[in-house]
Amino acid sequence: MTRGRRWRVVVFVIAAIYFLVPLVAAGEFSLRKPGGGYWVGNYLAIATDPVLLNALLVSLEIAVLTAVLVLLLVIPTAVWVRLRLPSVAGLLESATILPIVVPPVVMAAGIAFVQANLDAPVFRSLFSSSITALTPFYVVLALPFAYRAIDNGLAAIPLRTLVEAARNLGAGLPSALARVVLPAIRSAVLGSAFLTLALVLGEIVIARILLYTDTFPIAVVDVGRSAAGVSVALTLASLLLTWVLLLAVSFAGGRRTRSTPP
Amino acid sequence: MTALLEPPAAPVETVRPVRDRRAVLGLLPFAAYLLVFLGGPLYFVITGALTDADGRPTFQNVITSITEPQYRLAFTSSLLLSAVTALIGAVFGVFLAQAVITSRAGSPLRRIVSTASGVLAYFGGVPLAFAFIGALGQTGLATLFLRGIGIDLYAAGFRIDSLTGLGLTYIYFQIPLMVILITPALEGLLPQWREAAENLGASAWSYWRHIALPVLAPALGGATLVLFGNSFAAYATALALTSGSIPLVTTSIASALSGNVLANQQNVGLALGLDMVVVIGIVMVGYLLLQRRAAKWTAR
Repeated sequence: MTRGRRWRVVVFVIAAIYFLVPLVAAGEFSLRKPGGGYWVGNYLAIATDPVLLNALLVSLEIAVLTAVLVLLLVIPTAVWVRLRLPSVAGLLESATILPIVVPPVVMAAGIAFVQANLDAPVFRSLFSSSITALTPFYVVLALPFAYRAIDNGLAAIPLRTLVEAARNLGAGLPSALARVVLPAIRSAVLGSAFLTLALVLGEIVIARILLYTDTFPIAVVDVGRSAAGVSVALTLASLLLTWVLLLAVSFAGGRRTRSTPP
Repeated sequence: MTALLEPPAAPVETVRPVRDRRAVLGLLPFAAYLLVFLGGPLYFVITGALTDADGRPTFQNVITSITEPQYRLAFTSSLLLSAVTALIGAVFGVFLAQAVITSRAGSPLRRIVSTASGVLAYFGGVPLAFAFIGALGQTGLATLFLRGIGIDLYAAGFRIDSLTGLGLTYIYFQIPLMVILITPALEGLLPQWREAAENLGASAWSYWRHIALPVLAPALGGATLVLFGNSFAAYATALALTSGSIPLVTTSIASALSGNVLANQQNVGLALGLDMVVVIGIVMVGYLLLQRRAAKWTAR
């Protein structure tokens, strides 16, 4: 047992050094005051710089829309596959790997081609703002992990029993989904939503190539040209915020399952 | 005896041959969405790559994209960077995932690692680039600390906006992705296999060498291929870390598209995209083949 514990300690120490040092360094950098000393001024830029604040609002709007679309696509599909089509589960899981490996820059290249060369009204309204143009594609990028998270959530509950019980009591499938399944997998749902938030607050490739410069990550990178400290402070803050949200979901979910054993 | 070595019994429903045609319709929204918003862009990349600026069919863009020295250099660095970071990320990711799994279930440590993996694998480029500049840039915290104890990275030729610096940064999101991908397979290793091996006198090493690793091999290979594809596809980190000064395929596509190299390079940019799709396609076929073998052991 002690032998087993020792290698774990080594792994955790190496991981802690490798993963924490850059974060600590970024934290230290974000607190440096120009001309010496430390302050929190870089973090306050989000409230004082109207460009950054506006960009944050745009990105939060994209994040909410993306999360809603992702959940609308993923939850019914994952439930359907588990209940009716277990034979395609493996196929679907492989399909959800695709957006991880299809380069966003290649997706962006294809979208940019449409943006530049096709002029039908449907495309014009799609590309009219960063919210309408980016949301549909961010949904694709967010699908893989959302599918995994939701599917893991469904694996942990007696899905078939719950749905059959709800239907015996007279609920239709949509109602069974919304009122029985959804509450049962709420921590997986919140987890996927926050991962989507992480994605939207970090995506710069598609937005940059399609020239939508009013999203938060783009604005943060751009402000870095004149104020590097602000860039570092705000990316660090968005990273930590998302992580704290996920951690809270994880602890809340854990307590719930412990207090009500299956 | 042999029952212990059998893979976990597959649930009855996965072998049920009945295919309900109407049930397949339930997949339609999901499939249609992917077809339009993932397939659509890919379609225009492929057709654009195979036509010239006037819309006539040609292979010239594709030929240019694989013969021009600058693009060959880009492919070499991209492939090298992806292979090295995938291997390092995979090896360390497995150790980390196993360390997490064998720690107490529901412990804070376990929650911290698993949620952090999600955020880090997902967040991608920008924060990582800034964090690494803060740590290992010219005046970074780690650079200054190492200089203080007599190791001068920059005197030794290290630069954060070099291929090495980029690789070091990529590993930061490769390890979390490996943890996410490999954890289910590691959890599929039944404790009975280890107990049986130990009862027969196997050491921990020979258990891993003769039982666990052969069972895990397809899952490990598959996950490593996804990691390869992940860093091959990555661009945000390079964009934020180096502002595009390192020749990678993704960087070349972006500069060809923005037309700041030569006019009429858009179609060559799309051809580079097509090349990437082909590489990714090969990787995915390998992944699917390995996944099918892995499923034999991890079926639930």
